[in-house]
Amino acid sequence: MDQAETKEWSRRYAGKRLLRSEILLDDPLFQQLINTSYFTPVPSIVRNYFQTQCQRCGNQKRSLFGSIPCYSCGNVHVYCRKCIDMGRVMTCTPLYEWTGPEMDWPHHSNACTWSGELTEPQRKGADCIVQAIQHREKELLVWAVCGAGKTEMLIPGITEALRHGQRICLATPRADVVQELLPRLQQAFAKLEIQALYGGSRDREATAQFIIATTHQMMRFKHAFDTVIIDEVDAFPYTNDPSLPFAARRAIKPEGTTIYLTATPRQQHQMQIASKKLPHVFVPLRFHGHPLPVPEYRMCYTMKKDLATYRPPKAFLKWYHRRKHPERQLLLFVPSIRLAEGLSEQLSDILHDCVIQAVHASDKGREQKVQQFRNREFDLLVTTTILERGVTFPAVDVAVLAANHTVFDEAALVQIAGRAGRSPNDPEGEVLFFHDGKTEAMGAAVRSIKRMNKRGGFR
Amino acid sequence: MNCLWCDEAIIPSITWKTIVPLTEPMYLCPACTKELTVLQGGRCRKCSRMSRKDLCVDCERWQSNWSNGRDPLEWNISVFQYNDWMQEVISRWKYRGDYCLGKAFLPEYQRVFRQHFSFLPSNTAIVPIPLSEERLRERGFNQAELLADCLPRQTDQVLKRIHGEKQSKKTRLERLTGKNPFKVTQTVNNPVVLADDIYTTGTTLRHAASVLKQNGCPKIYALTLVRG
Repeated sequence: MDQAETKEWSRRYAGKRLLRSEILLDDPLFQQLINTSYFTPVPSIVRNYFQTQCQRCGNQKRSLFGSIPCYSCGNVHVYCRKCIDMGRVMTCTPLYEWTGPEMDWPHHSNACTWSGELTEPQRKGADCIVQAIQHREKELLVWAVCGAGKTEMLIPGITEALRHGQRICLATPRADVVQELLPRLQQAFAKLEIQALYGGSRDREATAQFIIATTHQMMRFKHAFDTVIIDEVDAFPYTNDPSLPFAARRAIKPEGTTIYLTATPRQQHQMQIASKKLPHVFVPLRFHGHPLPVPEYRMCYTMKKDLATYRPPKAFLKWYHRRKHPERQLLLFVPSIRLAEGLSEQLSDILHDCVIQAVHASDKGREQKVQQFRNREFDLLVTTTILERGVTFPAVDVAVLAANHTVFDEAALVQIAGRAGRSPNDPEGEVLFFHDGKTEAMGAAVRSIKRMNKRGGFR
Repeated sequence: MNCLWCDEAIIPSITWKTIVPLTEPMYLCPACTKELTVLQGGRCRKCSRMSRKDLCVDCERWQSNWSNGRDPLEWNISVFQYNDWMQEVISRWKYRGDYCLGKAFLPEYQRVFRQHFSFLPSNTAIVPIPLSEERLRERGFNQAELLADCLPRQTDQVLKRIHGEKQSKKTRLERLTGKNPFKVTQTVNNPVVLADDIYTTGTTLRHAASVLKQNGCPKIYALTLVRG
């Protein structure tokens, strides 16, 4: 084992927790590395008196464990069914941790090749991030309104982390966002190797200093990163699946920094902010300096009856024909997939001069349709909540049908309203909530948008 | 109880039937059960494929081509139709190795056995299609054995498989012209029901059946979970 080899191994395996099948070394060499305690086996499933826990995904739910008669040792083992897509973890196969020499990541004195300018509010947010990284603070929540330019705000912070020779991970909940972020950040750090990890990505090894990944991919890491940036902490599935916060917490080094990004913090975070337990910075202005559009309510008494037959409500059609800016495209949110399809058909019959498409999560041509809508190839897009965040269309009006449905919670409605007016050329857009009975969530969404505008210096 | 596939909680409606503790537990939630299509109605009498003809085109070809018109397999019965959902389930069960998932199919598999094979004598042997040693070590279990063990006849593991490329990675022609990978370790003189998970071209089952027949087995049938 010479120096260069050891360095290569530590670059590949430091900070990870892997199955034997994920370590691409042949058996004699691997055994030698275990004997010299460069690799340490750790139990993959821990059983206490009352519960069982998978040590990779943190799963403790009893229905997500199964038992299997093992062929190689003849015993019956417990295995984890939750993370089985990453290779089966069972009692007789340990996970291996790298305990050899630590990887010394290079210090980049100035890795940033981005030449853009930050606006004043963005500058403020970016400075806070830089400071948090410099002082190795434990946590920082960046609360930036929809369309504030969060990715640009991260660039100085990432530059600073690279200057200190840190390893960085940017985790987002969805694979499409990873694919969108990679080229943007690769442009900003042209000379640096950046790897994107998501289910089905080409980079599998995760050997780069800077990694963009879906939160699921963090399950393979342990104490790997000095700085972890978690995008959209309030979004599905991060808030619904306890194994994702578990994985994120473990992937960070004990003295590392976590930066949360969000436009709509959940109540838990809001309370931590209010009681000063979680340091935060608020970026109240969109990058073009205009306020967020405030939603308007429209009552439709016949909503239930109309939507049962996929008919657009009268109030919606009335508003549609008298829009102030009919040249804008329209993004129409509906609560269910069936409704999206049914309604788009009916609308095509009613509005003859308007080209209409529907998009939802189980739609295979989803990315293509979104791209076509962005290129203004059609006028009206009916969608479920999948387009509520992370997408930008230059000039749209937004309408929500049955805004009082339970899928539209406060965060979803704020995010939906944030789709309007994102371009500096058309910074305003109408946002309409069509409902047949106002809900708590709708009220809270409007209040919180108004409050954010107020904090941004608008009346 | 949670659904084995989507992990949604299953809340059964309470009837006299569910109060009696002897009833089968539900393994799949109603939404997932809907995705399962049980094969019924007009089918090929030989391979169980949905077809209006009594004997489908593929089976006619088997009759004329395989070893001078003596097809070693009497007939095959499949339980479910192959579809996208089934493909996902099978791949998690077999290739990812989610052993428990197989349980969801057992009640239906047993029911079909009773329906179609109860005329067979009690000394009938169930022979699961084996995996090669290498593949078994890789996966940790043999899905055909799980299916065979639930049937009310004795299971006899009398076949051995020589390691080769996975069937699912081959094209149709490669499968049809491939070498027979099976060997008999023990002769059987009783009727045999072969148990396997998927019937796609029927080559695997016919390979297994022909070596059994050469070693003196009178009649060979097959019960497969899915008709691909």
